[in-house]
Amino acid sequence: MAGEKRGEFKGINAQRTVTVNRPRADVYRFWRDFTNLTFMEHLESVSVKDDKQSHWVAKGPAGKTLEWDAVIVREVENERIEWESIQGSDMISGGLVLFKDAPGERGTEIQVVMVYDPPGGGVGAAFAKLFGENPSQKIREDLRRLKQLLETGEIPTISGQPQG
Amino acid sequence: MKAVCWFGKGDVRVENVPEPKIINPHDAIIKVSLTAICGSDLHLYDGYMPTMEKGDILGHEFMGEIVEVGREVRNLKKGDRVVVPFPISCGRCYFCQKDMWSLCDNTNPNAWMAEGMYGFAGAAIFGYSHLLGGYAGGQAEYVRVPFADVGHVKIPADLPDEKVLFLSDILPTGYQAAEYCGIQPGDIVAVWGCGPVGQFAIKSAYLLGAEHVIAIDRIPERLRLAETFGGAETLNYEENEDVVEELKQRTGGRGPDACIDAVGLEAHGTGLGIIYDKVKQTLRLETDRPYALRQAIQACCKGGTVSIPGVYAQFADKFPIGSAFAKGLTFKMGQTHVHKYMRPLLERIQKGEIDPSAIISHRIRLDDAPIAYRKFREKEDCHIKIVLKP
Repeated sequence: MAGEKRGEFKGINAQRTVTVNRPRADVYRFWRDFTNLTFMEHLESVSVKDDKQSHWVAKGPAGKTLEWDAVIVREVENERIEWESIQGSDMISGGLVLFKDAPGERGTEIQVVMVYDPPGGGVGAAFAKLFGENPSQKIREDLRRLKQLLETGEIPTISGQPQG
Repeated sequence: MKAVCWFGKGDVRVENVPEPKIINPHDAIIKVSLTAICGSDLHLYDGYMPTMEKGDILGHEFMGEIVEVGREVRNLKKGDRVVVPFPISCGRCYFCQKDMWSLCDNTNPNAWMAEGMYGFAGAAIFGYSHLLGGYAGGQAEYVRVPFADVGHVKIPADLPDEKVLFLSDILPTGYQAAEYCGIQPGDIVAVWGCGPVGQFAIKSAYLLGAEHVIAIDRIPERLRLAETFGGAETLNYEENEDVVEELKQRTGGRGPDACIDAVGLEAHGTGLGIIYDKVKQTLRLETDRPYALRQAIQACCKGGTVSIPGVYAQFADKFPIGSAFAKGLTFKMGQTHVHKYMRPLLERIQKGEIDPSAIISHRIRLDDAPIAYRKFREKEDCHIKIVLKP
């Protein structure tokens, strides 16, 4: 995977699995439209250029952003999507998502691997900081939001409720 | 609006707070007509539940009238009268669809906290710590109810509030506890704790065909109510040195076929065991005081079932697993799947099989909640169940 060399890689490597109570085709279709990926907290937006190419904007410090282009390098409908940042990007990154039927009509298991090798300098450091000590925990929270959205159509919140 | 807010151990106050508003599309706002203080609220009052924050609005047993609905709520409208289940359930996840509503996957915004504590997150609960979602509770004039389109039962106009309020928690909780016993003809059921949940567990055990129910407590009024309301035989553990032996004697030497722990983590008792737990709990070396649960395990008949509706929050010591193993016991426990029981229990109320209002001992104004909390904790002048009118 992009940016990953066993033993030397100092970037962000996160992986998590979640089960979503929706048919595999629905879940795959949602993910395959990369504009939906903003359920991930570190992303400002993803726009789609064509069937394979997308433009990613991530949150940086003080309103700054970090941008790069990515391309889908492999996909099998309803089973897997794999993408990488294009050669020469400031941000070297890649991702893999696998879709599997969960047993006993429990819906779909989604397994996600995300790799980021942020650039040097303040923006890259801020991006890395966003993921903190435990990048996989961040992805877990992202996948929780994805599950909530896909299953219920909303993300539960208590912000804005009364307090004494 | 007025709301009962938690400020610390033994410190609840009625505060003026902003009124809630619709935040998410499946929300509704309810104008509370009647609410109650639950025995499990005492765990918060006594500081045994972590992740409470100053100003948190308490209360998870409430009912009222819908004054506003979010754009995705299509089965309820302004003016409908509803009882609100205490667990917040999305209705769409695997667990909700399997009738395991209190294990809902999706409603706790602080699921990571519960995962840290318990390994997994279940349904959020109104007014019951940030670990369980941090949702503002129902001891208030108005409440925001998330996923209001799921499982709320409209109440016919001819049923007064007091007869149906307890569908929100304690009636289904007592009923589920009895159902978990898998009662067969001839079974004898013992119930530890004759608070409201214990009372409804006793009543439900008979409704589900128990031969006989033995109720265990130390407070005379509660034991009396177990006789008059529930039809149970009573056992005052302060007058009996050895509860386990006494139960054996009363069950032909076998022990009860099913034991219900309707006490939970702040058990009272007599003898050395309870002193050990109190000291450890005070020193924070142990979080839960499992005195009633130990007795239930030790008393239970071989092959029997221990059913636990009483709340346990964290860890308990000296859990007699050896006894449970040797006797081949079955354990059934957990928060109540309220949504599953609301309709069938409403029907039982309508048929006159059970009148939940019979356990109400005090009717007070919301303003007087702080005094009521204190009296309820001290078990003063026969406080069994307190309802609050905003």
